[in-house]
Amino acid sequence: MLKRQLTGGRIRERRIALALRQVDLARQVGISASYLNLIEHDRRRIGGKLLLDLSAVLGVEPSALTVGAEAALIATLREAASAASQAGAEIDAMEDFAARFAGWARLLADRHRRVLALERTVEQLADRLTHDPYIAASMHEVLSSVTAIRATAGILVDPREIEPEWRDRFHRNLNEDATRLARSAQALVSYLDGTGRADAALSAPQDELEQFLSRHGYHFAALENETEAPDGVIDALIDADTALQSASARAQARSHLERYHADALRLPQARLQAAQAEFTGTEDAYDPLALAQRLGVDAATAMRRLACLSVEAEAESSPAPTLGPVGLVSCDASGTLLLRRPIDGFALPRFGAACPRWPLFAALSRPMTPIRQTLRQSGPDGRMFRAFAIAQPVGRAAYNADPMFEAHMMIVPLSPLLVPLPGDRSGSGKPGPDSSEATHGAAREVGVSCRICPAQACEGRREPSILADGF
Amino acid sequence: MTKRVLIIEDEPNIIEAISFILSRDGWSVDTHSNGHDAVAVVLMRAPDLVILDVMLPGRSGYDILTDLRAQPETRDLPVLILTARGQARDRELAEKAGASHFMTKPFSNADVIEALNALVAQ
Repeated sequence: MLKRQLTGGRIRERRIALALRQVDLARQVGISASYLNLIEHDRRRIGGKLLLDLSAVLGVEPSALTVGAEAALIATLREAASAASQAGAEIDAMEDFAARFAGWARLLADRHRRVLALERTVEQLADRLTHDPYIAASMHEVLSSVTAIRATAGILVDPREIEPEWRDRFHRNLNEDATRLARSAQALVSYLDGTGRADAALSAPQDELEQFLSRHGYHFAALENETEAPDGVIDALIDADTALQSASARAQARSHLERYHADALRLPQARLQAAQAEFTGTEDAYDPLALAQRLGVDAATAMRRLACLSVEAEAESSPAPTLGPVGLVSCDASGTLLLRRPIDGFALPRFGAACPRWPLFAALSRPMTPIRQTLRQSGPDGRMFRAFAIAQPVGRAAYNADPMFEAHMMIVPLSPLLVPLPGDRSGSGKPGPDSSEATHGAAREVGVSCRICPAQACEGRREPSILADGF
Repeated sequence: MTKRVLIIEDEPNIIEAISFILSRDGWSVDTHSNGHDAVAVVLMRAPDLVILDVMLPGRSGYDILTDLRAQPETRDLPVLILTARGQARDRELAEKAGASHFMTKPFSNADVIEALNALVAQ
């Protein structure tokens, strides 16, 4: 992981030093700007001819871009040793081990990363089993049927006399409940079988909406330049997508797209990207408040627009190094999550309530006050992120009517582009192997949801975690 | 004297089976199947004992029980909670709400009768 980060970061730094735009460097080595953007953000491995071409254009030896791989490998091994400290790995001999047995060392590092990925999957599945409304309803149905069958069967096998009409009635009930049990069990098994497939039947309207948004990369080019009433375009987008099965999901999608269109009218993509270009090389290029003030819109609109920018378009048009996709979470005044645009490394709860330590909820208690915080999500691979949050009123103002608030939290990966925050060093985070930590100090520890959060001593805990110590 | 039990449960076949076994055991059985007005129904019918399901349409059994415990007429009324969830947390919730006894679905008929007889004997 660190190896790729280092390589991508070195390419980016060298390109910036040469005042080269992503699009120009990409053209010279024969790849797309978006692909280069992925490389620079460590989302694609690099090697062979492409590495040689890039190093030639950047005027450095290939080793200048890749040296450090060994250091990265050692850092990953150190992380693995720290995660399993009881194994007593000889930390002092780590470099010697990596040098003498490079293949074994890489295998160990790969296995460590694999374990982290699987742990994240288990967390998500546990979250799903705990909070999935379909599973909860199905299990209730199954248990109700079994209860009725057991009680009825108990009556029928009782040796005491039972009147014929009652016996017939209980036989009918038994048949009804057995049929219901079979149907419920089959539906549940089908559902659980389907959860592993990408095209599986979805459980809730919000799932359908999120699959719809995800398929479009949260970006709808057809609504970006639409100045007329967008009803026809929105109808076509909704009708064309098979993910939107339920009436509720279609209604939510319509509402989302209408807001998207209103946002795009208020803050067109070209204006936003021009402002980002003005702020090139500074955090302001990704600071929703700075952009909002520059562009005369509210911060929540800026967050929503940043979260739905086309990554490819951004990479091609921006001369500045980009952070890639940004995450966005929105909730209503009850704290119910309305929108979850995921970002790699920052897990979002699939169902139920999120971590109360998220700045999203702090924003609800301080309406109209923008919050900026560095976060680390609890867990063995806890990467660091910068979160921007704000709660703003929704709907029109009315005399003597309390406004309803909606909160947004935009999440971006911590990177050298983002300036350290004064509060970072007074946070409760623990040191880790992330190189950006040296720059940014400690971060606020947050979780996903209590059920799958390993932080036992948390004042915000609602329920015990199902994760064992050291998980 | 015949004891009167009120079953508050929304599954008709469960109601029918429990009603049958309790009637045969000498209980006078009354039933109700939603949570909205369950408290008012208990107060009106004044049973000697209540069997209360947790997942009811309109209102949770825990909320109904909490309300019953807040009323002087039903503060000490024996209430047997039925639930499909048998985890420690559910038992804690039932105890906190004031349950006299807690039973996890599915249960045996003998267990229900035994629990009711124990509750009225207290």
